[in-house]
Order: sequence, then C-alpha cells, then structure tokens
Amino acid sequence: MGTQRVMKIVRAIRNGWIKPKKDEKADKPRYYLIWDKEDDQTKPRHNMHIPAPKMKLPGHEESYNPPPEYLPTEEEIAAWEAMDPDDRSQNFLPKKYSSLRLVPAYNKFIQERFERCLDLYLCPRQRKMRVKVNPEDLLPKLPRPKDLQPFPVNGIYCKNKLFMVYKGHTGAVRCLAVDPLGQWIASGGDDKVVKFWEVCTGRCIKTLQCGGAVHSIAWNPNPSLTLLAIVVEHKAVIVNHSLGDKLLCAATDELIESYTPQGEAGKESGVQWSVANEEDYKNGERLVIKHNKVISQITWHGKGDYFASVVPQGGNKSVFIHQMTKRRSQCPFKKAKGLIQRVLFHPTRPFLFVATQRFIRVYNLTKQELTKKLVSNAKWISSMAVHPKGDNLIVGSYDRRLCWFDMDLSTKPYRTLRSHKKALRQVTFHRHYPLFASASDDGTVIVCHGRIFNDLMQNPLIVPVKVLKGHKVQGELGVLDCQFHPSQPWIFTAGADHLIRLYT
Amino acid sequence: MGNKRKRNQALKKLQLSLPDFRRLCILKGVYPVEPKNKKKVNKGSTANKTYYYIKDIQYLAHEPVLNKFREFKVFLRKLKKAIAKEEPGTAQRLEDNKPVYRLDHILKERFPTFIDAVRDLDDALSMLVLFSTMPQTDKIQADVVKQCKRLSVEFQHYIIASKSLRKVFLSIKGVYFQAEIHDQPVTWIVPYQFCQEPPSDVDFRVMLTFVEFYTTMIGFVNFKLYNTLNLNYPPKLAGEYNNANSVGYCEESELEDEVLSALNQNLAVTVQDDDVEVDEFPVDPDSEDAKAQEASKKELQEMEKLKTLFSDCKVFLSREVPREILVFVIRCFGGEVSWHSTDAIGATFDESCESITHQIVDRPVQGHRYLSRYYVQPQWLFDCVNRCKLLPVEDYFPGVELPPHLSPFVQEEEGDYVPPERQAMLEEQREEGTDSEMEEEEEGTPGEELSKEEKNLAIMAMKKKDKRLYDRIMHSKKKKRSEVRKLETKRKAYDEAQSKKKQKMTR
Repeated sequence: MGTQRVMKIVRAIRNGWIKPKKDEKADKPRYYLIWDKEDDQTKPRHNMHIPAPKMKLPGHEESYNPPPEYLPTEEEIAAWEAMDPDDRSQNFLPKKYSSLRLVPAYNKFIQERFERCLDLYLCPRQRKMRVKVNPEDLLPKLPRPKDLQPFPVNGIYCKNKLFMVYKGHTGAVRCLAVDPLGQWIASGGDDKVVKFWEVCTGRCIKTLQCGGAVHSIAWNPNPSLTLLAIVVEHKAVIVNHSLGDKLLCAATDELIESYTPQGEAGKESGVQWSVANEEDYKNGERLVIKHNKVISQITWHGKGDYFASVVPQGGNKSVFIHQMTKRRSQCPFKKAKGLIQRVLFHPTRPFLFVATQRFIRVYNLTKQELTKKLVSNAKWISSMAVHPKGDNLIVGSYDRRLCWFDMDLSTKPYRTLRSHKKALRQVTFHRHYPLFASASDDGTVIVCHGRIFNDLMQNPLIVPVKVLKGHKVQGELGVLDCQFHPSQPWIFTAGADHLIRLYT
Repeated sequence: MGNKRKRNQALKKLQLSLPDFRRLCILKGVYPVEPKNKKKVNKGSTANKTYYYIKDIQYLAHEPVLNKFREFKVFLRKLKKAIAKEEPGTAQRLEDNKPVYRLDHILKERFPTFIDAVRDLDDALSMLVLFSTMPQTDKIQADVVKQCKRLSVEFQHYIIASKSLRKVFLSIKGVYFQAEIHDQPVTWIVPYQFCQEPPSDVDFRVMLTFVEFYTTMIGFVNFKLYNTLNLNYPPKLAGEYNNANSVGYCEESELEDEVLSALNQNLAVTVQDDDVEVDEFPVDPDSEDAKAQEASKKELQEMEKLKTLFSDCKVFLSREVPREILVFVIRCFGGEVSWHSTDAIGATFDESCESITHQIVDRPVQGHRYLSRYYVQPQWLFDCVNRCKLLPVEDYFPGVELPPHLSPFVQEEEGDYVPPERQAMLEEQREEGTDSEMEEEEEGTPGEELSKEEKNLAIMAMKKKDKRLYDRIMHSKKKKRSEVRKLETKRKAYDEAQSKKKQKMTR
C-alpha cells in the first residue's frame, strides 16, 4: 500500500469520515434496573394522556365447554353468518368440545392481535364521561294524581260507578256541545244529524236532520237563551232546541223575532242572513247564515249575542263575527295572515284569538289592533282552548303536541307535552276545576291537572293525571271532540266509533 | 385550531414518510385523538380526519430515534452504493458501523413508574406469547421468535416463583391467564399449541414494530420483577440439572435454555430473606377498622390457600395434554409435576412413581391404570383454580361428560343472566360467608312505590331531554332482559330434553 493511500485513510479517520469498528463490550447491558427509585418524580408527558382501554375479558360463551344455553341454534348461526362482520356482537360462534384434546387452533388469533395493534396506534381516543343514572331519578317529582282529585276516572269496566255511553249515531261523531247548566248535550257527526241527549239518563231526546255533515256545534253560553249554533257545510244555523223551561224557549223565540231590519244590514259580502223556512222552523231552526265556502268552526262570545265563524278557504274573508240580535256580520280582517284554523273569544276581555297553522294572534277588538303573537313551535295547530281566567291558553296540534301558553310570561309555550301518540283533535279547559283535557287520534283522552296560582311569581303546575281509554280507532280517527261538564268533574268525549262517552 | 394538528400537518413538520411516522408513533405510544367538536377544528367540515395533540408532535420531533431513522436511511444508501461499486471492504465497514438505536429512554418516558408499565402489560404479554409460537418466515426472523420465547419463559418463571397467578380460563380462542402483580391484574392469552399459518392480510411490519418495543418493555419489567424476588437475572436454575435422558436431546449450549423453558425447575435465589409477618395492631373490635382488617385478613388467608392449592398433589401428565400450559398452572399453585421423559426434556419423575396422586389424561381409554392415583381430565385443574379449592374428581374422570367450564372473569350485575352452575357456585360461597358471620339484612322500608299507571303519567310530564335519556336506558334494559329471557328458555328446553332422555333410559 502506498504512503499516499495510507495518508488518505488516516485523514479520513481523523476527520471522522471513516469510523473505526465499535466496541460491543463497551455498551450498556441489555437490561438493567430502569425503575430504580421508588418515588421517581418523572412526569408523564402531558396530562391529557388517555390510556388505551383494556381488552374485554371473555364471558361464559367463549369457553371451550360452555353451558348449553350459550350454544347458538342453527337459525342463529345462519343469522350470524349473514351479518356484516362489523355488526356482529361477538366475533366468534360459541362451540362445545367434549374434551380439551379436540379443541383446534383459533384461526383468527393473529388477525385479532393485529386488529388490537391497529386500534392501539390508529384509533382516535376520546375520554367519555359515562354517568350512571338511575332511570327512576329522571322521573319528575310531581304531586301524586291521588292528591289532585277530583278528575274523571271511570269510563269503562267499572262496577257500581257512574259512567255513560250514548249510542245512536251511525257515523263518526264530529262535534259535541254541553248545555251551560249541564243537563243536555248535543252532538253532530258524519251521519248528517244532530242529536240531543239527556246527560243523566243517556236518552236521545231529539234528532235533527240537517242534510249535511255537521262539523261544529256550539251551545249558547247564556243560560236564559235556549239556542245553539250548528255548522252544516257552508251554512251556520241557529237552532232553538226547546228543551227545558217552556217559558225560556218562548222568550228566546221572541227575542229572535223582535228583529227590525235597519238600513245598513247585509252590507257585508260573502254572508247572507235568512230566516229558516216553514218546515225547518218546526224542527227548531230559526236563522240560517249562508257563507260562500265551507265553515269549519263556530264559537260564541261569553255574553251569547256575538258569535264567530271560520271559513278556512275564504281567503281574506276567513273569519266572520256575527251579531245575532241585529242579524249583522262583519269581517274584521282585511288581509288573510295564513290559513286560519280556529278563533276564540276571550272569556272576559274584548280579545279575539286567531290560530293560523303555526301562530296564534291576539287581537283587541275595541282598539282594532294586534296585541300579541304567540309562537307555538307546532307545525299545524288543530285546536285551542282558553283558561276561564283568560291568561292561559292551550293549543293542540296535528304533530302531537300540546302547548301551554302563559301569556303574562312569554309568547313561547311555557310547557309542551308530547304525550299523545297521534294527532290531537281537541283541547278543552274545565270551567271550575283546574283541569284540562286533550283528545287524540290514538283513541285516548289525557286529562291533566293545570293549576294557576294567584301569585304571579309562581308558574302554573301541570300534572297529567289520567289517560282515558275506551274509544276505538276507526280509519285513523280516534276521539274527535271532548268537552267538560260545566259544573261536575266529568268529561264527554265523541269518537269516530259512533259513540259518545261520559267519564266521571 | 386548539391543541390538535391534522396528521398531514404533523408529517410535514416532522419531515417524515408515513411509514416512518407510524413506526415512531408505535414506539412512542402516540395515538390520535378525537376532537370534542369536529366542525370547530376542521373549518366547518365534519369529514373524518386524524388529529394528534400538538404536544405529542413536539414530543416526536425531539426524539433521538428520529435521527437514527434518518441515519439509517443514509446508511442504506451508502451500503447500496458500496455494493454497486463492488467495494466489499467499504460495505463491511459500513455494516460494522450500522446505526442501532435503543428504546430504553422511550420506555422510561412512557412509563415513568413501574406500576405504569405493569398496567400496560396485557397487550405486551399476549403479543410476545403469540410471537414465541410463530414459525420463521421471510418477514419474521428467527432471533425475534427466540427472544420472545425467552422473555415469556422468564415471565412465567416469575409468576411461578411469586405464586401470583389468580385465574385461568380455557376458551375457544386460547387459554387466558390472570395474575396479580403489584396489586394490578394482568391478563394475557396463550394460543393453543398449533403451528399457525401467518395470514396474508396481516401487516407484519406493524406487528414487529410493536414486538420490538414490547421485548424491551418485558425485558426491563422482568429484570425489575426478578429483582424484587431476589432472583438472578438472567434466570439460573437452582439445582444442577443432569439427566441422562437429556443427552443427545439438544446441543450442550442450548440445554440450559431448554430446561428453563420446561418450567419444572426452581430458580436460583441471590439472597434468602425471611418472610415478613404482618404485625397485628390492637384495634377497637367494633370499629369499622376492625371489620376491614378482619376482611383483609380473611382475604389473605384465602389467598394463601389458593397459593398452596396443589401443594399436596403430585401430578403426572399424559402425552396428549397441552404440557406447557398445565405445567405452568400446576407449578403456580405449588404442585409437583412430571411427564414421560421421552416427551420432552425436564421430566423429574416417572409414570411408575408410587406417590403420584393425579394423572391428567384426555383419552377415554387408558392402557395401563395405576390404582393408587386418580385419572382426571385437564379441566379439573382449571376449575379447581377458579373455585379456589380442590373439587371432587368424580365429575372429571376420563370419558365422563364434563360439567360446563365457566369464565372466572364474569362479574354478575343485577339483571344479568347467571347460568345455574354459576348460581350454585355463588350460593355456596355465600353460605361459607354466613357460617362465620351472621349477616343482618336490613329490610328496606316499602317505599312509596309508584304504580304502573302513575309512572306512565310521570313519564308524560318529563322534559324532552330527560325523556330521551330515560327512553334510551329503558330500551337497553329491555334488550338485556330479552336476551336473558332467551337464554333462560333455551336452558329450560335443554333441561327438559335431558330429563326426558333420562326417563327413556330408565324405562
């Protein structure tokens, strides 16, 4: 080897280009006491560290000789094999071997280990707080229904208890009205008749042929007038039922006939007043108000002179307010604000509630202005009822909700109950007791206790107290109407199964 | 962006290729995290992305092994060049100075205290045990397998010496063992002794990276464990082993390793120390402390009983039973064990030995039967361990239909299905408990239980959020109940079929 070459290597070694062979013995021993001090103060690398969860420990079903109930049947094996591997609750099929010598190697052992490895370094980790909740603790603490009596309880299958079923209709009973003294009820339905019943005996006193399906019925709230309003397609008919005191009936007739036409009468277009013809007069019909379109609802003002009707397809003329004694009608709104579902008079003040599909507008009739707009959060309102004191309102909707509005509190619902399984058809308040009820297409009526406190700071107490069953569901329709008795804690319900029931 | 980074950003910062990054993640124990709000970290998109903690990425960036990776890449390039240029001298020199890295510092970082390491032993042990049974292939090198074998044998020796095995379970996947090391349960699974064909859909590079770290980890853990027991590390046999049968069994250099892996010899102890007896402190007999002490004492006694479960047994294994597993179990509970000296190395006594009490067999028929011993099936050993007592051998005679083998890991909760065998076991335990102390069961005052109707009404009045939670809980409960019912009906049908069969037999 030439000197030059030697020098080249020497230079390379000096400059560290060539490293001499390492001395293996100088290395540290392979293993030594790495955790030598007990109280080592080395900190973990950060405090967000999430340790990997341990693998699930095997249960009885993984045994080579499991109890017989863990062995899958043939159907279960087929179902397991048909399932996607990710959906299976276990990644193996339990099998029984009569002796240990017969147990074969598990063919997925390496794969399972490999998957575990992948989980350890590829699977995103997340710390999840799992709170163990006792489901009983979630139930709200409410007064027990027993302490909130009275409310209607008995309807069916009870011995020695007062309840009533009114049979006689041959079609679905659409509507129901109770006389303000609680002696009579009137009902109308798809069979084109209005029937009058005596509450206590369950007898049908009178039947009125109407010539069209009856969609709404309202009893005049004034006890000295023996009148009620019936909706037959696009006619609203005022009927003198002539039940009860003869003097009162005669006085009522007199009141109606005392009308003297004035100059401006009949100015409102879309409505036409007329007196019932001879034949109908004998049956009790007194006045007929013809509308252009089909009427969906009729409702009286508390005094019993004014009443309002709803014509949903009437465009800007969907709500009419009629005055019976002057035979005069007016359409209070120039513009239609949505599809109007229901209207209702405030029990004490000159307010009118107008429910469109999603909102309830409260109009002051004397000032002729909008005072409030309530947002129901429901998709399609079906019914509405106002508390006798007038500050609270309940709204039922076809999307199964019942909203309770406290109008002093907010324009949003104070409570929303979703206890029915199908659309709500009717909601109603009791006049004296703190009760309200909702009737639904699932064939049930839910009675709730809804107490309002005089103390303004205290929120209303709402407690469901009873689910009334009994009506059968026919063609997607269940209970179509419900009304409380004016003085007793009783409720009348009208069902699509042609029956009217009284729960006491 | 918070405290997390996407994976691609991390790769860019570290200037690493994806495989190298993954390797580093495995070695350093870095894992992705799920962000609390996906939209917030990902500019409004909820697409699945992998996020790492920024701190973790910084932690990777300062890793010395990272430099070694780069050095290794350079080394490979140089080596390739040298080979291509046909310079064997240079290639040899490069090979000698091949960059190597050690993982000691990573181990210390990942597990600052010994207990941390013990907590993470489960996966490491299962992995090493699996690799110790792997065949050598182009991907798995022989020395890796050998190393795994050695470490797992060392660990088993520790378990035998410390008598810390607690539960065993024969599953269809393999045999589960659970030991208690420094009050931490450590569970691992051993596959049945068959040659495993390495599947094609498994990436062995990933698994080998894990094995690389786990061998370091178990090695250090073993060292520490041996140290606590005053045993020599690497392990040495206590007695000189010279058996005439072992001549010609294997090479002289491998003899010690082979005998070691037979698990049938005690290990040499460096310093003999006396057992420390727990002193009794006088305590008020009625106080809570006294009760707790009583309970712990009782538990300790139970444990002592378990540790010497097989001490009066001298067991002989037939050739058809899985020897390594059984030897490990028997030795862990103080039993003596041997096998045919022609089966494997390490046999200590012969089949004809008169003092043998049990022989483990797994064939219905035996050639020659000694009257002085019981012939039992292997499940007997496992059931004894899980029940903490020697069970009657009658149920486990060869050819007999065995009672079901139950998992010792199941903790029954209220509403779970409990097989009748397990029920009997639990009742037995309870009886034993009540023998010594009268249990005073306080009758709960019949609280005002809500009637079903009232409950339904209360559910109606629930808030939406509560209702959803309630419904979900109820749904899962219902599902569980239906599963339990299914198992119960199945069992009932089975029992009926069984009794009918019996009636037919008697007729």
